[in-house]
Amino acid sequence: MQDNSLPVDIDRRPGATILSPRGDVDMSRAPSFRERVREAQAGRPARLVIDMGAVEYMDSSGLATLVEAMRNARTEGVELVLCALNPRVKAIFEIARLHQFFRIVPTVADAVEA
Amino acid sequence: MDDSAHIRVQLRSDPCYLAGVRQLVAGVCQRIGMGDTACSQVALAVDEALANVIRHGYGRAADRPIWLSLWPLEKGDGHGPGIRLEIEDEAKQIDVSELKGRALDDPKPGGLGVHIIREVMDEVVYDKRSPCGMRLTMVKYAPCDDPECGPGH
Repeated sequence: MQDNSLPVDIDRRPGATILSPRGDVDMSRAPSFRERVREAQAGRPARLVIDMGAVEYMDSSGLATLVEAMRNARTEGVELVLCALNPRVKAIFEIARLHQFFRIVPTVADAVEA
Repeated sequence: MDDSAHIRVQLRSDPCYLAGVRQLVAGVCQRIGMGDTACSQVALAVDEALANVIRHGYGRAADRPIWLSLWPLEKGDGHGPGIRLEIEDEAKQIDVSELKGRALDDPKPGGLGVHIIREVMDEVVYDKRSPCGMRLTMVKYAPCDDPECGPGH
């Protein structure tokens, strides 16, 4: 049986929760990623940081998950920050013209302190 | 001249195979000298096209057939080596004029696949197969002024 779960590390700090998905986020793994993001948002952190440093590849399924997270964050008053996008992942944000709608910073430290 | 595909694979419409197909496509593009950026773009377009077939064509059924065919293209005037790909299915046929990317000024989840495919590929043509299903033909050339543009094959 294939495993479609996406490993996601969770680091809860005062004032911020940091999610660190690892691996490819495509149609098979986006549902698992979405579940982890919703769980983190349900805790209503002041800031939700998604550390993309270990995401090697993402397609529009992953983008859709992040767009949904952004819309939920706005509704729930959670500040969503993305960080450490590799050039390939950054490129898909730009192709989809989504980079302008997200707060994207270079590092986890930047995201926590931003 | 024999125009049969250099590679033709049949896969089931299960998203778990997308990663393997991406590796196959990127590996072939690399081998024919397209450069890293172009290889990534072709793999992304194929991923998005297959995901659209699975999601919209087959309603997420994971046991339906999809065929992927590849042809390398020679270097030409103004461009480096390239690749032609066909993705065929037995899904319900749709009016190809309805296949447009959605507006991007309002970020919403979903509906980005067609936009991404058109953005990264040089030619994108949808048509109906006979007697059933759809066919997507895509072409991508490496730019000849790309420093990554290799020597071809």
